[in-house]
Amino acid sequence: MIDVLYFAWVRERIGLPKEQVETSAATVAELVEELKAREERYAAAFEDVSALRVAVDQELTDFDAPLAGVREVAFFPPMTGG
Amino acid sequence: MTVRVQEQAFDLGAEVQAFAFGRDDAGAVVNFTGIVRNTPDGDLERMEMEHYPGMTENALKGIEAEAMKRWNLKDCLIIHRYGTLRPGDLIMMVATASPHRGDAFEAAMFLMDYLKSRAPFWKKEYTTDGAEWVAAKHEDEDALTKW
Repeated sequence: MIDVLYFAWVRERIGLPKEQVETSAATVAELVEELKAREERYAAAFEDVSALRVAVDQELTDFDAPLAGVREVAFFPPMTGG
Repeated sequence: MTVRVQEQAFDLGAEVQAFAFGRDDAGAVVNFTGIVRNTPDGDLERMEMEHYPGMTENALKGIEAEAMKRWNLKDCLIIHRYGTLRPGDLIMMVATASPHRGDAFEAAMFLMDYLKSRAPFWKKEYTTDGAEWVAAKHEDEDALTKW
């Protein structure tokens, strides 16, 4: 089980901030494909992954990052701090 | 090195005073403060600042550690707020202390450039016309290439 977190408009589009996902995906990209296949709201949120950023165990990474041993994956738009 | 991520307001004068006070190792302290800017039409009602608890603190600490490595700093401080903010409210501040001003200015600029697009914060603006997520600017991403 992996905790999957969503922030900003990704959270709004999917309709929840966090969920536990049972997955055998080997990479973030594979997890995205599994989520997109679930329901329209996921497909809408992940339509253009170039508009998204991903963090694995709270570290920014790429969509080809492996998921072995990972506890937490977060999806969000580019950050706007400061 | 200090990082504080908090909902409540901070006292800018007191923070800078406490940061600068009692040092004899640093001849220069630089402070940058970010303020919620109204829209050109003046119709911003509020801003909601969302963040990723846990990752935010770690990302900011990492950015501070990088600044300490690259410049001759005696100390640095980042305070960043989340939650509901109104036009004119202080959003965040950074402060750097260095023996000489060049390092303090450059490191403060570096901290700002990095925290703008590498710390997990997202702004949503509420105006009389509705609500909209603030889009990241290309120039903010481009600003990182100079470091």
